[in-house]
Amino acid sequence: MALVTTTKGEMDESLLEKKEGSVDNDNESTTWVEYWLDGELVHRSAHVQLKQSVMLSAEAASFN
Amino acid sequence: MANTQAMSTSFMGKLMTGTHNFGTGVARATTAADTFYAALLLASGTFNASSSNYTGTIGSVTMSGEVSGTGYTAGGVAITGSPAFVAPTATNSSVTAGVAFTTPSNSITYTSVTLATAFDAVMIYNSTQGSAGAYPAVSIHTFGSQTITAGTFTLTMPSNTTTTALIRLATT
Repeated sequence: MALVTTTKGEMDESLLEKKEGSVDNDNESTTWVEYWLDGELVHRSAHVQLKQSVMLSAEAASFN
Repeated sequence: MANTQAMSTSFMGKLMTGTHNFGTGVARATTAADTFYAALLLASGTFNASSSNYTGTIGSVTMSGEVSGTGYTAGGVAITGSPAFVAPTATNSSVTAGVAFTTPSNSITYTSVTLATAFDAVMIYNSTQGSAGAYPAVSIHTFGSQTITAGTFTLTMPSNTTTTALIRLATT
């Protein structure tokens, strides 16, 4: 029996409708999971794997 | 043989560790790494390269444009690990180019939160070299819009390499 933390407290996963999804692009690889009870969203978690960095480019200027 | 105009790659690495100072700097109490935080930003926000500071108060007052909700503390979470950021590395790629880089050692996790208003970015900022209302920002990283309901939001970092590290200073 797996328990899920919800807006209504800990609930048995078997009582809930589970929805999962994912996004994968150049910037991120993301997964999410939702649990619904009688049409109400009672849990949503997400995991974002960042792929890109921010870069500062530097330059040594020339005298001529 | 000839000399080659270039930015010293080691210079970029030492910028990351506070060796160089061309202006009015800060008096460091220790040689230890600073502490950095990660605050989540609302999708309706307009944060960008001109965002210089985290302007809230850690633990008590959220910044305008920052998320709020059950289980979320103003200012976000401290970036933790031993060390929190991988020791900066500076690597030459040619006689004129190189890169200095670092990445948080661990994922950044917001546990048991409800964030009902969509957010799509995180601001990393320095909590050591600042004070309430003006903690200096490091970077802003965007991702697809999210909400969290009685759940956990986890940000996993890219690999700490010359091309993917979260923060890179580079010459080409």
